[in-house]
Amino acid sequence: MSDPIRFTLDGRDVEATPGETIWQVADRLGVEIPHLCYAPEPGYRPDGNCRACMVEIEGERVLAASCIRTPADGMVVNTASDRSKAARRMVMELLVADQPDRPVAHDKDSRLWQWADRIDVETSRLPARGAPAPDPSHPAMRVNLDACIHCNLCVRACREVQVNDVIGMAGRGAHAKIVFDMDDPMGSSTCVACGECVQACPTGALMEATLVDENGIGRPKPAKDVDSVCPYCGVGCQITYQIDDNEIVAVQGRDGPANRNRLCVKGRFGFDYVKHRHRLTVPLIRRDDAPKDADLEVDPGNPFTHFREATWDEALDRAAAGLKEIRDRDGGDALAGFGSAKGSNEEAYLVQKLVRTGFGTNNVDHCTRLCHASSVAALMETIGSGAVTAPFTAAEDAEVVIVIGANPTENHPVAATYFKQVPKRGGKLVVLDPKGNALSRHATHLLRFKPGSDVAMLNAMINVIVEEELYDRQYVAANTDGFDALKDHVKTYTPEAMAPVCGIEADVLRTVARLYARAESAIIFWGMGVSQHTHGTDNARCLITLALITGQVGRPGTGLHPLRGQNNVQGASDAGLIPMVFPDYRSVEAADIRATFEDFWGTTLDPKKGLTVVEIMDAVHAGQIKGMYIMGENPAMSDPDVHHARAGLAMLEHLVVQDIFLTETCFHADVVLPASAWPEKDGTVTNSNRQVQMGRAALDLPGDARQDWWIVTEIAKRIGLDWRYTHPRDVYAEMAEIMPSLDNISWDRLMAESAVTYPCKAPDQPGEDIVFGEGFPTESGRGKLVPAAILPPDELPDDEYPMILTTGRQLEHWHTGAMTRRATLLDRLEPEAVAYLSPHDADRLGVAGGGTVRISTRRGIIELATRTDTGVAPGVIFVPFCYAEAPANMLTNPALDPFGKIPEFKFCAARVEPIDQPAAAE
Amino acid sequence: MNDAPPDVKRRRHPGAGGRKTRPTPKGRQVDTAALTEVRTLLGDRPRRRDLLIEFLHLIQDRYRHLSAAHLAALAHEMRLAMAEVYEVATFYAHFDVVKEGESAPPPLTVRVCDSLTCELLGAQEILRSLPEKVGPEVRVVRAPCMGLCDKAPAVEFGHRHVVHATTESIAEAVETGDTHPDIPPYTSLERYRSNGGYGVLASCRAGDRTVDSIIDAVDEAGLRGLGGAGFPSGRKWRFVRQEPKPRLLTINADEGEPGTFKDRHYLETDPHRFLEGVLIAAWAVEAEDAYIYLRDEYPGCHAVLTREIAKLGQEGITPPVRLHLRRGAGAYICGEESAMIESIEGKRGLPRHRPPYVAQVGLFGRPTLVHNVETVYWLRDIIDKGADWFADQGRAGSKGLRSYSVSGRVREPGVKLAPAGTTARELIEEFCGGMAEGHVFKGYLPGGASGGILPASMADIPLDFGRLEEHGCLVGSHAVVILSDQDDMKDVALNLMRFFEDESCGQCTPCRVGTEKAVKLMAEPQWDESLLEELSQTMTDASICGLGQAAPNPLKSVLKYFREDLT
Repeated sequence: MSDPIRFTLDGRDVEATPGETIWQVADRLGVEIPHLCYAPEPGYRPDGNCRACMVEIEGERVLAASCIRTPADGMVVNTASDRSKAARRMVMELLVADQPDRPVAHDKDSRLWQWADRIDVETSRLPARGAPAPDPSHPAMRVNLDACIHCNLCVRACREVQVNDVIGMAGRGAHAKIVFDMDDPMGSSTCVACGECVQACPTGALMEATLVDENGIGRPKPAKDVDSVCPYCGVGCQITYQIDDNEIVAVQGRDGPANRNRLCVKGRFGFDYVKHRHRLTVPLIRRDDAPKDADLEVDPGNPFTHFREATWDEALDRAAAGLKEIRDRDGGDALAGFGSAKGSNEEAYLVQKLVRTGFGTNNVDHCTRLCHASSVAALMETIGSGAVTAPFTAAEDAEVVIVIGANPTENHPVAATYFKQVPKRGGKLVVLDPKGNALSRHATHLLRFKPGSDVAMLNAMINVIVEEELYDRQYVAANTDGFDALKDHVKTYTPEAMAPVCGIEADVLRTVARLYARAESAIIFWGMGVSQHTHGTDNARCLITLALITGQVGRPGTGLHPLRGQNNVQGASDAGLIPMVFPDYRSVEAADIRATFEDFWGTTLDPKKGLTVVEIMDAVHAGQIKGMYIMGENPAMSDPDVHHARAGLAMLEHLVVQDIFLTETCFHADVVLPASAWPEKDGTVTNSNRQVQMGRAALDLPGDARQDWWIVTEIAKRIGLDWRYTHPRDVYAEMAEIMPSLDNISWDRLMAESAVTYPCKAPDQPGEDIVFGEGFPTESGRGKLVPAAILPPDELPDDEYPMILTTGRQLEHWHTGAMTRRATLLDRLEPEAVAYLSPHDADRLGVAGGGTVRISTRRGIIELATRTDTGVAPGVIFVPFCYAEAPANMLTNPALDPFGKIPEFKFCAARVEPIDQPAAAE
Repeated sequence: MNDAPPDVKRRRHPGAGGRKTRPTPKGRQVDTAALTEVRTLLGDRPRRRDLLIEFLHLIQDRYRHLSAAHLAALAHEMRLAMAEVYEVATFYAHFDVVKEGESAPPPLTVRVCDSLTCELLGAQEILRSLPEKVGPEVRVVRAPCMGLCDKAPAVEFGHRHVVHATTESIAEAVETGDTHPDIPPYTSLERYRSNGGYGVLASCRAGDRTVDSIIDAVDEAGLRGLGGAGFPSGRKWRFVRQEPKPRLLTINADEGEPGTFKDRHYLETDPHRFLEGVLIAAWAVEAEDAYIYLRDEYPGCHAVLTREIAKLGQEGITPPVRLHLRRGAGAYICGEESAMIESIEGKRGLPRHRPPYVAQVGLFGRPTLVHNVETVYWLRDIIDKGADWFADQGRAGSKGLRSYSVSGRVREPGVKLAPAGTTARELIEEFCGGMAEGHVFKGYLPGGASGGILPASMADIPLDFGRLEEHGCLVGSHAVVILSDQDDMKDVALNLMRFFEDESCGQCTPCRVGTEKAVKLMAEPQWDESLLEELSQTMTDASICGLGQAAPNPLKSVLKYFREDLT
């Protein structure tokens, strides 16, 4: 650490740490200096352009911008001299001259006006310029450049913080102008609507559309702020709801450990689903005359064609009685429960406890099965822990960052910001993906390998590292088992042999392998392109092997990080929503562990593993499972071969669904229980980084909807359990008692700190971001190298089904679309089902202008519009699975990875045909 | 509707419906034809960011404008964001960006200089009458100083200039359709070498001279930065040499200060004396890459340098140095050294904050030596003839020779090589044959647009670095514009402020907004003096770079020295 810098600030002897600016020192000491283009928020470098923060430095000819100037030893700085105050006032007057009058300001409380107030500049003596026209083209944001002061905070927001690269400063001098792309209307630009610019703008030139009226005049500030966490993806962005009249008017990013104020379009603009007219507000019981059928559809806006309203007592009694009857008649194994990675940790814990202690079975699972079950299986098998070894923010410390089988700019947009920043600071970003995506442009190395050939490609890299002796001999010796077998295994996987298999030249494979192995620090991030294969576990094993043989784990800037999908998939898994394990991944089959839980929960427990998501549906078809309780999951959309799943749901003797909307799963329910949306409840969630975060209720429940924890508790009581929880904090306290992962992370601590990473050594210490610096939580303390052989995808293209269908998500829509398609703005941005094709295939099929196609697989047929995208390889068609009108999962292959039991969502054979659209001409 | 088989039904969905999805990803898509054209133009050139402006020139030269389709294709090809390309293309005056639905400019553009000297000598009349004369097929635009003040008024069309221009002479020249630059006769490589050229460089490289001895000589000669800052060159070399390698050399040939044309003169007459200086400076700081940033207003110089640099390469004189010739694109601000560096990096020319100084963190983040053309032009002679030869030529306590660009109301304008410290009166009388016919000396610009204005009563001040500051003026690049009793100083100051308004990069408030407001205030019949004083002070105190800091100098001079013109 260098010595502090000693200088004089307004006559005081003060110290600055190296790199600290004059403004920062002044701020720390309580000396107020105006600032407009400088945002003290994380991620924003000072730019020194507005000149509102000028100070006088003795001996210098001109004034200095305190926001960007660092002091030197002996410097004498005067922040309040007449000269500096005069300059700051004149700067403010220059800017105010061109502002819209305050009564009609877009943001009457903008930082500009606040500072103008503080230095008493109400009006300007200077003549105004002509005002640029407003740009109302974007549904979420209003652009009113008449208020722009050219501070370029929005450019930094877009280019440096979020790295979306849409906003620029075009022109020169007085004609300089903020532009989107090439001075396009914001609404037709490449803008992804993260809203970072709006959050950064100090004048109201960029505003949330909801915060201004139709004339662009700012509305009064919302009455109430509530701090919480975003309910969408596994990044776990902290947010502040701005509430007026029990409505979320706007959402601001908060400085959470994962997001540092950043948000994406969903987290900022995707909340009005909670007020959608489809919200379930009364308990529903299936009408006696309502048939059940796989193809059945019910209007979620009018469920009364198939359901009737019931009181809570009646609905709960009916729900519990049906479950109880099956349990008592056929045994616990005739029941199953799905919890949700969309709920809180407490809710997840309660659901698995209900199933285990109330139903008497381990048939409890959730959508982790469909996203990273294979990753978790491989991680558990090799390093004894299914969670990430390092947060995605560790990318900032890495020399080399590998992102494989992930499209984070769409699926983990805020995590992606850290990846996109890597090459900006000179690091290497290696992107391995069959599909081109927004990361591709930033990649220093882009390997678009053939779909399904992951193991071939990764084994070739392992081969290079082994053959060229680039592995970390010491690390391998001290921390791994199985190296010799691995060495033998990969011998034949030379880059030359694998190049034709994976479609990447041998030289490139060598380059990337060397780059990773030789890096001071390198980290691997992966997504469902890795996990959602029948060889998903093998894919993950290869990645783990890469890290273990090179020792790229356990240090800053190193590690293994499967990017978790749902906001609480980590927490729900930790809480035990998994059929093989109790909370904290303790095997249900181990007698001693079971005894602990039997003792803790005061009941006997099922000694055998339960069934997984897809297996449960098969068991329904087999007549083995007869009743289900589903909280917040939508298998009717998310399961592979969803027609099969829907048929299963329809076959159930008794189905209880607890949700906020009448989802496709609810169509088949006997009882539907109206539950709480995320902004309506208190509870904790755990993100991809192992950060446990506090969510807080901001809105009242609509109608007679109830808290989920309360509903689960009421069912538990009705099937004979003595539950007495009065609030999620009671549940959390119980969890913390039995889950070592939550040691030192109390509810009160989370209320105070909002986020704590586990594991955590002491109540007054931060948690450990990077784990396994000294061995692994396996029996030997060493990591296991598990070789993987090439397995082809389960269903290869053939003459009848010549293309490859792959599925996934879109930026604007979340999972099965139940929430996001009901969020006005998100629905507007992505309004209907769409399939992505390469320009080559679009031309071949004659649908280049967005024509409609029919996609058929051995399991089903859907029809939908197309989008031509250079990111898609020829021969491949990509379909997001969020669209109920054309469910991609009607098509997908339910073949499972043998270890993770995850279906092969990323690969099946398909036929694509154009459909004549009678009136499509436009 | 479709006659789909019964098992394909459009299922219910929770969205609002009624809207169609986009047939392509968000935003403007890359046009395949435009991409092919761009790839053809770029050929096998590396797709490096720092070459962006060069690539924009390729497209502009070939298609006479930059279409949105070409820009999007270029962005794609260079893996840049569209905004990054667009903001650069729109920053520089010589690029014509044409969006979809807009019409491209006519194939020929006449740029009429309306900077001070040309304005005094009739630019406005040309701007008024030329469009009608040449018709709609020719675009007439105003342009800043072209470094032809000694032959004012001047215009440029294509890459060709017309000097002493009249509407008629321009129309005639345009009629010929020849837009190639005029290349004046200059000292060839053979001739330059036959007179001992590159001998000093060879002796340096051979180890016959040490770097220290050369730096000492430069110190003793009193050589200073002749771009306008006047920083002692030897000291600069020492600073740069203290920094770690690799170090870079950049030559500022962006001579844009209105009234200045000395660098053009040397580049056009004796390019190798300049290039030898470049290579000596590169040797002195051990830079392997030297970038020459030449303003786009000097197409003749560009042709000369392109040709002569190629010859140097063929003759094996350049190595181990690599010489890179970069073309500006119409932005005065790029004469500011850090803005020039940004421009060489392929970005908008925004001056950087100091510290850090470019000697520490310069081009591509490396320690960088920045020199003006004329500064290195003198190196060979100083080393060859000795420091005293140069130092002894000063006058009135000043050291060395200066190349004064004299224009305006004098009989014989031009580049006047004179002793440092020569006064304005001496320049008029000794070097320029007196005032122009019918003009009475009233005042003068001692240092181009930024140097302020002094009255004739103060024409006996030695014109050298450090001599004018006490009078609120600067000698800068030694561009002396002589004004007469026929010139209204209020108009002169307004012309100069308009120039700064046009050329402000727009980065900081005092300059971007200050120049714009100052022009509005100064266009009023009655100046609000106290407000202008306040504004001037803030521009000087709070602007990031010299442009904004010096922009109010002429205004302040008028308020101080020419009060009679204010009423």
